[in-house]
Amino acid sequence: MKIYLNGRFIEIDDNITTDALRDRFKPDADIVILNGFPVETSLSLKDGDTVNLIKRSEIPSDQELECLLVSRHSPGVYEILKKSSVVVAGVGGLGSNIVVSLSRMGVGRIRFIDFDVVEPSNINRQYYFIDQIGMKKVFALHNTLLRINPYINYEPIDAKIDEKNSHQLLKGFDVVIEAFDKAEEKSKLTSFMLSNLKDIPFIAASGVAGYGDTEKIKINRIKENFFLVGDLKSGADVGMGLMATRVAVAANIQANLAVRIMLGDI
Amino acid sequence: MKVRLNGKDIEINENITVAELLGILKLSDKNVVVEINMNIIPKEDYANIIIQENDKLEIIHFVGGG
Repeated sequence: MKIYLNGRFIEIDDNITTDALRDRFKPDADIVILNGFPVETSLSLKDGDTVNLIKRSEIPSDQELECLLVSRHSPGVYEILKKSSVVVAGVGGLGSNIVVSLSRMGVGRIRFIDFDVVEPSNINRQYYFIDQIGMKKVFALHNTLLRINPYINYEPIDAKIDEKNSHQLLKGFDVVIEAFDKAEEKSKLTSFMLSNLKDIPFIAASGVAGYGDTEKIKINRIKENFFLVGDLKSGADVGMGLMATRVAVAANIQANLAVRIMLGDI
Repeated sequence: MKVRLNGKDIEINENITVAELLGILKLSDKNVVVEINMNIIPKEDYANIIIQENDKLEIIHFVGGG
């Protein structure tokens, strides 16, 4: 039978166990992951299984690394996501967290667009570091992403999205995600998407400020291809801040929704 | 007259524009997307378009933060 071991198909005896496989191919491995789950006991393998043998603290070869990065993924997810593409408009509190999660998921092509620079007031919720203050956000984030998952086609774009460049910047992706801060910008992009690219799944956010109950953050399916994530009420305002815990929840609801769309779960 | 707003029937006066309706609803024209009978209305038309009886309106209102 054939199994997929550390990123390579190998021919192996029927019904070999995980322990026997480890003893034969990587006796010093201390983690055995079978189809996305670390197994503690020895189990019989079936044709088509995916097995990853990992030695803690060892940096594997480039060839193995890509598949080990996603060895905890559910089977079949990575293969689809690798061929998928997402564009994220804005990489502030929502967008920077969305892009980092999609990078960890292994989405094959990720474009992200912003014109801003990293400021001290961003660090309380955005995926930037103090030593990145003053850098253009898209380039700071790109550096971080390459440290997380280098096997992705990243397209950082230092630009402000407007009526003139929207079509050029947003067309041709499987999913478009709105991750702006200002309500006016959210409304403009939504208006553009619903008028010009209404066949492309579009995920926007509204109502992510404060520290209110995160269960109030819902996925509102406004149209077939238009999803609005948030509680729809909690806007950033005097006395109503924007903070990591709630913004990152909304960001990852947006990101997970994009994943579900690409996997055909919606 | 009767119109349908975000899936609910409401009564509004005749001859009011989209801009006037937004005023009544206390919504800023900058922060909304307005659709009438499945067509997105450009913001520059809010002051000109008169809402007709039985129109199906969708008003999507955004709050800031991200």
